[in-house]
Amino acid sequence: MVKRRLILFVMALIVWCLLNWVPDWQHVIVGVFSAALVSWLTGDLFIQRAYVLKHHRRYFYFVFHYVPMFIIEVIKANIDVAYRVLHPNLPINPGIVKVKTTLKSDTALTFLANSITLTPGTMTVDIDEEEGVLYVHSINVKGKDVESATREIVQRFENILKEVFE
Amino acid sequence: MVDTIGLIFIVIGLAFDAFGCLGVLRLPDVYNRLQAATKCVTMGTCSILFGAFLIVGLTTTGIKALLCIVFLLLTTPVAAHAIARGAHKSGVKLWEGSVIDRYAEDGKG
Amino acid sequence: MKIIRWVIGAVILISILVYIMGGHMQFLSPPGLPYFTFLSRALYVILLAGTMCIWRVFLGPTGADRIVAIDILGILIIGLCSILTISTGRTWYLDIAMAWALQSFISVLAFSKFLEGRSFDE
Repeated sequence: MVKRRLILFVMALIVWCLLNWVPDWQHVIVGVFSAALVSWLTGDLFIQRAYVLKHHRRYFYFVFHYVPMFIIEVIKANIDVAYRVLHPNLPINPGIVKVKTTLKSDTALTFLANSITLTPGTMTVDIDEEEGVLYVHSINVKGKDVESATREIVQRFENILKEVFE
Repeated sequence: MVDTIGLIFIVIGLAFDAFGCLGVLRLPDVYNRLQAATKCVTMGTCSILFGAFLIVGLTTTGIKALLCIVFLLLTTPVAAHAIARGAHKSGVKLWEGSVIDRYAEDGKG
Repeated sequence: MKIIRWVIGAVILISILVYIMGGHMQFLSPPGLPYFTFLSRALYVILLAGTMCIWRVFLGPTGADRIVAIDILGILIIGLCSILTISTGRTWYLDIAMAWALQSFISVLAFSKFLEGRSFDE
């Protein structure tokens, strides 16, 4: 319980120091008080499992596997959407499909939903946490049943996010 | 040299901003508009901010621009998700050319 | 019929862009700010995009369309503020951009809760 608030205090202080770079001692003193207030108020909401932050392997996977793939997918998504918008006939084929996921923790589900929203042609509409089901709006539906949609949309992120956040 | 790369990033960002707003105007229903708007405008604005960071350098302003990029990438998909869910629950229909709607079939919408 | 509408729209947009970027407007570049001329013209592209968003707010058949357009307008203003920062050299425009991003996100969440028809505590 104390450990969570301490981690949140350090993170808030780092963000404060980045906001007024280069920090002098007056800014740091005000920052200590405001970070203490923030971590006292919202300490038990932000970090659920503090022991996850100790594993160095997770940072390695996050920086070298997740971030480059995310940037490439975002650029592909933008070119795809720009092509569909500029085409005279609007080549869209929209619909809402249902996909399954095996991820359990809240952070992993949030990052999965955000990645799906920013990648080509898909956007998360709703999450059902108990059954592990995501409803995804797709601008160009290829497979209508659950298995083929899962294979197309979720599979490429799930393996990396399982290494990072589970 | 670095300034030229920054200006190129700014021009790419302006182009994608314009495409995203054109998509908001052209596409037929709320969900498709949300797709075009979220992707193109988020990436365009992040590109403008990164170009500003390259021109300004690693000063107070540059670090604020980088924090703005992280903040946009975290918040825009959440806002899009909230709008789509609210629109579906308030009874906005999909476009008549839509193929499938599993969300209404499962009785959640 | 569709193709004729597409051609007319493309001609209008391209002529507006050519008028802005190569036009007759003269901006004097003050000393110490080398990209002032180019970036002052680049601001008009963002204003064009914002005009399209406001047109969608005016047209939109449902409330959700208007909320989407207002959300996008908020993100465009962040880009406008960052261009103003480097073209005029005043760094506090980026502070305005960060505050605007926070406030726009929270207001969009409140609007979508209102659409869903629930109270704020659920």
